[in-house]
Amino acid sequence: MYRYDTYDHQIVQERVAQFRDQVRRRLSDELTEDEFRPLRLQNGLYMQRHAYMLRVAIPYGLLSTKQLRMLAHIARKYDRDYGHFTTRQNIQYNWINLEETPDILADLASVEMHAIQTSGNCIRNITSDQFAGVAADELLDPRPFAEILRQWSTFHPEFAYLPRKFKIAINAAAEDRAVVKAHDIGLNLVKNEQGETGFQVLVGGGLGRTPIIGSVIREFLPWQHLLSYIEAIMRVYNEYGRRDNKYKARIKILVKALGVEEFTRQVEHEWRDLQDSPSTITVDELNRVASYFEPPVYEHLPDADVLLAEQRHENKAFSGWMSRNVRPHKKQGYAIVTLSLKKTGIPPGDATSAQMDVLADMADRYSFGELRVTHEQNLVLADVKQTDLLAIYTEAKAHGLATPNIGLLTDMICCPGGDFCSLANAKSIPIAGAIAERFDNLDFQHDIGEIELNISGCINACGHHHVGNIGILGVDKDGSEWYQVSIGGRQGNESAIGKIIGPSFAAEQMPEVIARLLEVYVRDRHEDERFIDAVDRLGIEPFKAHVYATPIGGQSLEAGEEAHA
Amino acid sequence: MRKIIKDKAIINDDWQVLKLADGESAETTVVPAGKTLVPLSVWLAQKSTLASRADIGVWLASDERAESLKEDVATLPLIAIDFPTFADGRGYSIAYQLRTRLGFEGELRAIGDVLRDQLFYMARVGFNAFATREDRSIEDALKGLTDFSETYQTAWDQKTPLFRRVARPNAQELA
Repeated sequence: MYRYDTYDHQIVQERVAQFRDQVRRRLSDELTEDEFRPLRLQNGLYMQRHAYMLRVAIPYGLLSTKQLRMLAHIARKYDRDYGHFTTRQNIQYNWINLEETPDILADLASVEMHAIQTSGNCIRNITSDQFAGVAADELLDPRPFAEILRQWSTFHPEFAYLPRKFKIAINAAAEDRAVVKAHDIGLNLVKNEQGETGFQVLVGGGLGRTPIIGSVIREFLPWQHLLSYIEAIMRVYNEYGRRDNKYKARIKILVKALGVEEFTRQVEHEWRDLQDSPSTITVDELNRVASYFEPPVYEHLPDADVLLAEQRHENKAFSGWMSRNVRPHKKQGYAIVTLSLKKTGIPPGDATSAQMDVLADMADRYSFGELRVTHEQNLVLADVKQTDLLAIYTEAKAHGLATPNIGLLTDMICCPGGDFCSLANAKSIPIAGAIAERFDNLDFQHDIGEIELNISGCINACGHHHVGNIGILGVDKDGSEWYQVSIGGRQGNESAIGKIIGPSFAAEQMPEVIARLLEVYVRDRHEDERFIDAVDRLGIEPFKAHVYATPIGGQSLEAGEEAHA
Repeated sequence: MRKIIKDKAIINDDWQVLKLADGESAETTVVPAGKTLVPLSVWLAQKSTLASRADIGVWLASDERAESLKEDVATLPLIAIDFPTFADGRGYSIAYQLRTRLGFEGELRAIGDVLRDQLFYMARVGFNAFATREDRSIEDALKGLTDFSETYQTAWDQKTPLFRRVARPNAQELA
């Protein structure tokens, strides 16, 4: 993975010193809270309901074990012994003291990490495919480009005070696992007819209040021009994006207002002068950065089919875990393991310091000392020997990290919601908890099969509810919390925004609402038809009819609410 | 006399900033004698008389375009860009357009809500003068220009990105 040279170290250390001084000036009232807010946000520090929340960048989701141990240390020393992995491949701590943040940033810098631009109206952490470098369906490793973009966007002087936040994702595989269509800029690594490498550039995707699927503004951009072309997009946005209304300030609103054609024309016009500027990426630079992402030294191993078949035959639970949590690796004899952070009873994406230490030890022993964070809020060991799978399963299970539910109903995406976030209209973690509890039975989950259930506590859509096969959105009605349900959303190549089924529900009704949606699916599905495909075929009507057919009672949700309070 | 930061030093400054009152017309407003920064609208309306004065500069609001001064960048001694609030980042791109597109080489001054913690970025995009907010220490603000000693990307102050400027190690060389 990428490692800092003296330049990276210097820049990050100067950032720590700068922020230490800003915190000092805030505490002595030389800076007002209004002046300090954007400065702390650009270091990932939010003021939440109970305390400050610190969001630490995990660039494109890649972590070394040294870094993960430091994240565990920070949770232990400065927080309440746990961290929350987010849908943007970052980690958040919910109980931070302002006075201690400079020390936390210094600790992070010691392991080549930071919280730079993890919030604020600037270019955020660049995200990518959690299986980059090991996926069989990959054209080329996207991480060198993600790292080049990370450096370019770090402290870009012109784009630090944009109209609104700005998110960039890169995908290089046949199956889009980076949700590129839901980003301000989405990049698909492609080859043209001449076999040259470049990017298909999408702009103006996003969830939030106005969910929009991104539009292609360029089918093929030679990779050398990546930085200058993005500079052109950013400049058009910085100059013309709306600043009068924060709900209309994202680039998607500008693209919609101008029309894709006119927006594209302006970008291309801006780019004419920039094309071939010194920002043009050189082959040398790409090769230099790519050298950090060389595959590890794999052993030449046979496929362990026979052994695994035996092990699966003897251990049904292991077999279930294999089917859901283990994926084929491009290298023979190896496998990709997803460790679930979605155990029923635990807020989705949360990991304790002890779990992080265990994960780091496992990654050292089994996966070349690296891990990945997924936007579905799970962790991945990307390079494990097939012969180690049973041992990995056994260890992970002992620490609550082997729930065999990847892609199933309880593998929910969920934002921190009203328990923590001051933006939220409603709680989301207790809803996830109640649904997980109701459908905890694994046989039932396997029968339902692949389904994405996403929960956001407010319209900002951190829980990606629009693209969930079932999406749940917390809304505020006259001061009480209600939940709006949509179905038919999907992420990936066929990204689509879900449709709302009707009036919203009270928290305690939600498990029954989900049960009724699934009843329609079970009743009307064709053989091997996934939930989402059934929704596409049937439309929302039969689901709507059944959900609203009779009144829904429900018990009040107590469990889970105080999980980390 | 107020102080500003110019070319990394604190100096006295005697430019006055003319602002139109509500309802006042750009055509008829009287531009005072002495060094005066006039709004773009006044400049465009009264250019025929103002152009002969060597003590006139123009200030742009954050929603105005650098291109409006295309004809004038070679002769104006001073252009200012107003930051109505420090969080309004349009001024950075206006500065880019003035410096890089239009080749303005005179004094480029940030006015308005200009504070220490934005000066480093402002200097990078081409501002060389800063009328920092008068209720804050200008000596303190000066420190903001030196927050970082190295940068990754190109800007007005650095035409070559780090990866072309220095030999950075690859994975083998770093190890």
